[in-house]
Amino acid sequence: MTALLSVRDLHTRYAMGRQVVNAVDGVSFEVERGETVGLVGESGCGKSTLGKTVLRLVPSSEGRIELDGTDVTRLDDRSLAPHRRRMQMIFQDPFGSLNPRQTVRTLLGTALKVHGLGDARERTRQMQDIVGRVGLPPDALDRYPHEFSGGQRQRIGIARALILRPALIVCDEPVSALDVSIQAQVLNLLVDLKRDLGLSYLFISHDLSVVRYIADRVLVMYLGRIVESASHAVLWRDPRHPYTKALFASAPSTDPGHKRTGAAIKGEVSASLATGCRFHSRCPAATDRCRAEEPELRDLGNGHRAACHYA
Amino acid sequence: MSLLEVERLSVAFPGHTAVREASFTIDAGETLALVGESGCGKSVTAFSVMRLLPPNARVVSGRILLHGEDILGRSEAAMRDVRGKQISLIQQEPMTSLNPVLSIGLQITEVIRRHERTSRVAARARAIELLDLVGIPDAARRIDDYPHNLSGGMRQRVMIAMAVACRPKLLIADEPTTALDVTTQAQVLDLIDDLRRRLGMAVLLITHDLGVVAQWADRIAVMYAGRIVEQAPIGTFFARPLHPYSRGLLGARVDVDADEHYSTSRLSEIPGSVVSAAGENGCSFAPRCPIVVSSCRAAPPPLVTEGERALACPRAQEAAA
Repeated sequence: MTALLSVRDLHTRYAMGRQVVNAVDGVSFEVERGETVGLVGESGCGKSTLGKTVLRLVPSSEGRIELDGTDVTRLDDRSLAPHRRRMQMIFQDPFGSLNPRQTVRTLLGTALKVHGLGDARERTRQMQDIVGRVGLPPDALDRYPHEFSGGQRQRIGIARALILRPALIVCDEPVSALDVSIQAQVLNLLVDLKRDLGLSYLFISHDLSVVRYIADRVLVMYLGRIVESASHAVLWRDPRHPYTKALFASAPSTDPGHKRTGAAIKGEVSASLATGCRFHSRCPAATDRCRAEEPELRDLGNGHRAACHYA
Repeated sequence: MSLLEVERLSVAFPGHTAVREASFTIDAGETLALVGESGCGKSVTAFSVMRLLPPNARVVSGRILLHGEDILGRSEAAMRDVRGKQISLIQQEPMTSLNPVLSIGLQITEVIRRHERTSRVAARARAIELLDLVGIPDAARRIDDYPHNLSGGMRQRVMIAMAVACRPKLLIADEPTTALDVTTQAQVLDLIDDLRRRLGMAVLLITHDLGVVAQWADRIAVMYAGRIVEQAPIGTFFARPLHPYSRGLLGARVDVDADEHYSTSRLSEIPGSVVSAAGENGCSFAPRCPIVVSSCRAAPPPLVTEGERALACPRAQEAAA
């Protein structure tokens, strides 16, 4: 069976004045049915752009996006519409991504109307069902976003993503704006919904602990490229790329006895370097080969892949 | 005598009390983490210590003693000798804290010359030393850069250089790394910790991240809806948190070193949200508390100190046993 989502050698370029930024620079991966793929990386690495390109919210420059075996990369808006229903997005900021002048009923109903789904009664039934599933009170439909707390607003965002019964949801930092006590509620909700509705997630986050908990497989992104991918169990037991190791070493544990090992890496993400491995200027183990030759993503067995000459 | 003693501090905004009877102390050279969720009053507490509250806020009661002297009684002019000299503040977003039209060198020398009689030349030399101290490479050249020339992590280093320029006794760091990436976060917190030791400062570290607390603080004070509900040394706290809110917070957090996965374990939640604290006459946490009894709703439980630990819950000891 084909993967739910298959992405091949995807590129997304932005023009910034006369400069061209390769935000996504040759990325390939799959999301299987029922799978949660975590995408981690630091700000500016291209993870959000990748998510939006996959959903065709941002145009790709090269490469191929297949949903359920159908190439959706170049479909025009009309032909894309039925596929759009199958892939939705949950945004980071539950304040900025909901129109403050629309009731929850309008926010959810518009999507159903646009896609011509059901009559008024059927639409109401579906909206009530979704509102209940995400844990909002039944009277939520006729209220406005500002009447809800941050965590509840994120539930509205989730309801909006679910209303069209998608197969794939791109979750872009869905809990980063929420307080710790609310994060757990929303993560548990996402787990329940995935199980009950048979969803697949592409889960984008800078927070390693969240990704470790929720992902079945993890992609680590650095400056537009996937530098390592593995199942969650393998990645945490045996990270191979120096950047992945540095990310893990930098994440603070809540065990005061477990002091961080190894020095945190130096420097910060900088614009892409002309030659060699993108990570070489910060890498503690870089050699002349790293400065000259860009490593390919190599198979290390067990579905574990890393883009490092020495992995 | 502690370096800083905050005694029963209450701060009110029109229609809302942000800080309620908060008491804590900071000893010279130690790092106290003040932890809580957004809106719990931790930043308002920090601004009170700096005497930088917005005009519509009012200190209702309490004392803030620095070296035993109540700084709430100081005039605004006298307060200016304290800020930057005895207590400094760094904030979350270094881009909005730095002046975009002045070079970083000018902004650092301004602080030095405000507090010390120094020539421009000498102040500039000190600024270069400071940039070097906070790990900005090629400081002699970078001193004439403007904030927009620098990355987020570098800007935060400049803020730190300004904050420690006059060797303050207390550095207040309000979510200093929340806007930074995780690799940069570790660098910046390591830097603050290194400076604390080298310059003998105390640090009041305000954060919502328990991982940051465990790795970089000596003691923790947990705040909920304006009140401090628990205080303890970090070893004690993380081994055995007592207040139901502290326990809930630690339980709800996914730890990066814990082998927890959704397929095998469910995260424990704190039900409801902090909104429920409004209008509560008793303990603010009562509407969300798993061990609540009717007496909790009569009056807010006082913060009771016992040895190294302080706790605002009469039922917690027993429930945690």
